[in-house]
Amino acid sequence: MAESIPASHGDHEVGHHEEQGFVSKYLLSTDHKVIAMQYMFTGMAMAVIGGFFAYAFRMQLAFPGMDVPGWGLVTPNDYNALVTNHGAIMIFWVAMPVLIAAFGNYLIPLMVGCDDMVFPRLNRLSYQIFLLSAIVLMASFFVYGGAFGGAWTMYPPLSAKAEYSLTQLGSTIFVLAVALEFVAFLMGGINFITTAMNSRAPGMKLYDVPMVVWMIVVASILFMASVGPLIAGAIMLLFDQNLGTAFFDPDRAGDPILWQHLFWFFGHPEVYVVLLPATGIVAEVITTFSRKKLLAYRTILYTVFGTGVLSFTVWAHHQFVAGIDPRMAHVFTVTTLLISVPIAEMMFVYIGTLYGGSIQYTTPMLWALGFLVTFLIGGVTGIFLGASGADIYFHDTYFVLAHFHYTFFPIAIIGTFAGVTYWFPKMFGRMMNETLGKIHFWGTFIPFNAIFLPLFYLGVAGQHRRIYDYSAFPELAQYQDIRVFATSALLVMLAFQVVFLWNFFHSMFRGEKAGANPWKANSLEWAAPSPPPHGNFPDGLPECHRGPYEFSHPDREEDYWPQNQPA
Amino acid sequence: MLELLIPQASTFAGDIDFVIELIFWIVLFWWALTQGAFCWLMFRFRRKDGVKAEYIDGSETYPKKVITWAHMAVLVFDVVIVVYAVQVWHNVKITLPPAEQTVRVIGQQWAWTFVHPGPDGELDTADDIAMNDELHLQVNTLYHYKLESKDVLHSLSIPAFRLKQDAIPGRVITGWFETTKTGDYLFQCTEICGIGHALMPARVLIETPEQHAAWMAANSPVSVAAQAPQAPVAVALGAPVQE
Ligand SMILES: [Cu+2]
Ligand SMILES: [Cu+2]
Repeated sequence: MAESIPASHGDHEVGHHEEQGFVSKYLLSTDHKVIAMQYMFTGMAMAVIGGFFAYAFRMQLAFPGMDVPGWGLVTPNDYNALVTNHGAIMIFWVAMPVLIAAFGNYLIPLMVGCDDMVFPRLNRLSYQIFLLSAIVLMASFFVYGGAFGGAWTMYPPLSAKAEYSLTQLGSTIFVLAVALEFVAFLMGGINFITTAMNSRAPGMKLYDVPMVVWMIVVASILFMASVGPLIAGAIMLLFDQNLGTAFFDPDRAGDPILWQHLFWFFGHPEVYVVLLPATGIVAEVITTFSRKKLLAYRTILYTVFGTGVLSFTVWAHHQFVAGIDPRMAHVFTVTTLLISVPIAEMMFVYIGTLYGGSIQYTTPMLWALGFLVTFLIGGVTGIFLGASGADIYFHDTYFVLAHFHYTFFPIAIIGTFAGVTYWFPKMFGRMMNETLGKIHFWGTFIPFNAIFLPLFYLGVAGQHRRIYDYSAFPELAQYQDIRVFATSALLVMLAFQVVFLWNFFHSMFRGEKAGANPWKANSLEWAAPSPPPHGNFPDGLPECHRGPYEFSHPDREEDYWPQNQPA
Repeated sequence: MLELLIPQASTFAGDIDFVIELIFWIVLFWWALTQGAFCWLMFRFRRKDGVKAEYIDGSETYPKKVITWAHMAVLVFDVVIVVYAVQVWHNVKITLPPAEQTVRVIGQQWAWTFVHPGPDGELDTADDIAMNDELHLQVNTLYHYKLESKDVLHSLSIPAFRLKQDAIPGRVITGWFETTKTGDYLFQCTEICGIGHALMPARVLIETPEQHAAWMAANSPVSVAAQAPQAPVAVALGAPVQE
């Protein structure tokens, strides 16, 4: 890779940045910032839907058979469709578009100091296909038979045969929507990798690239390398559903386990695909608000590469008791526990970065620290599930459910809020309200723990997943109080999101004006005006003179040192 | 610890609980250490007026040492966990000790069928006892199970045994367990299998040899047929019957 390639690449159609009308500016734009906002608002809308689903099925769990306000009676069919689509939406239509596509699109060109993505039209097409996939998914709730309810993992034969799932159209639409979404992100991924590698500002060496950009690049590589088998699998499943093929049909020499391999070969790297951008955001936020250089930039980078490679070798830990050759569990136990090493190291480096710092407890910082606290619990509880002997008991219990919510919630929700509150001044040129921000943080963080810590307990007590009513299980029915408690905590958490929505939209128009660099941070996006105009850097593209984390340098009066400032 | 919540009713339940508790203490140690250091740092290095943060540029050896030490320690604990987990897994899922009795477990949308061998102790004979949603076992007996599915994936789960195994249509999966305690235990389906997934609770009834013999005598199709004059004579005499 060349050390630096001039950042302007005027051979595409946004080389001239003139004023545009509303439609071409906001709906058909090829500007990376507008596309980022499209992804973010679509992701937020989907998060509202996914959260509403969680509300509906948690209400059913707490008060079986009740008429849930806003939904009505949750039938077994509804319940399965709700949990299935809640999972799929939160991962594929919230975490992916917001963490990778929205932040990737917004931050990469600004942080590497160029005027737009390398392939702006591809970028626009990527969003349009993504939007289509979201609409297709939602359509499945309105077709005959209702939405698919065979879990987001879509295991055949349940997903493959209408006589089993009872949702002929719903299953097909679900698989189709997921496949479309993958196509959208393949296009996005190409763009992120190419732009970050080829459009870096003059002087920006690979080790000067901010961590969040690296993380999104590695995440995109992981995604693109792992999704191929699953897209192929999805097409095979569509054929099984509609064209009478028998790839996964055991009655006609197909193999349902094959699907599980294709799914989890993608599914496990996918965890890191969404995890890495979130940890990147956290790296930016904790360095800025502790006024500290990242403790070990290269160590983190290498742990990320190590994690990325290892993440392709752990998938069958989801299938220990699924009927694979039991000897395979030995291999996958070793690889799964091995992956705890780089991730633990990353946590140590992040926490160690605070040492000697001058920590400002702003709202974004609270979210970043909250990420570390919750993700730590998610990480350590994963050990129980990666160890084959212990997983026999925990597999498909609420312990698993609580574990992955302790990883995905910090990633998709806490990490996102850290990023949104941190870059909001850049995105909209105004500050968010700090008091409301802190109320929202505590109103989310405390109820989150109140929802999911008790669910670990239920899992240990043997409560299995995806059951709409536990009253037929006397050993489990006795824990009804805990279910009511978790649901109440969820209601509190959802209520506090109104504070965020108010703060977000109010501050967008009425917030205090933010300057170009309100947090006194170093990376290049803060050199652009807030909000950056079309073309990003009206005073000419920046040059880069140093790494992004030169805080509190002893030779300087100021405690920050922007990357673009000449020495 | 775990047996306070869920009884242990198989020989390997205690082994699995041991692995779980071992991991629990290791993980608790790491969590407390990390979270403790984290809290201390957050408090100690909060912003104070006029105090500038330190500039640690990565060339110092001290932080590297700390991280290397932690890295090695994580690795050592990982090895310990792997050794115990793999051992237990091997015992439960790979070895197959000789059976004293064999039962067939069949999942379908949405019920379990348990086929017991009957008084002759053999499966697939006329005296087999098939029951829905009730698995009758004798205490202190080593069983093989033959797990099948008629339609989609299901999963056999008996929390008191700490046992779980998915059922796959088109395959017969053989495994084992040895009962240790009489009682009435929960049997769940833990793999989503359609809209009736929640409607598949079953019971595992572990009986003393006397209770078990009595149950068998009362339910064996042969003895039932012998008492019932309207049953075909051929069946009562134990001649082969068509399924
Ligand atoms: Cu995994
Ligand atoms: Cu089931």
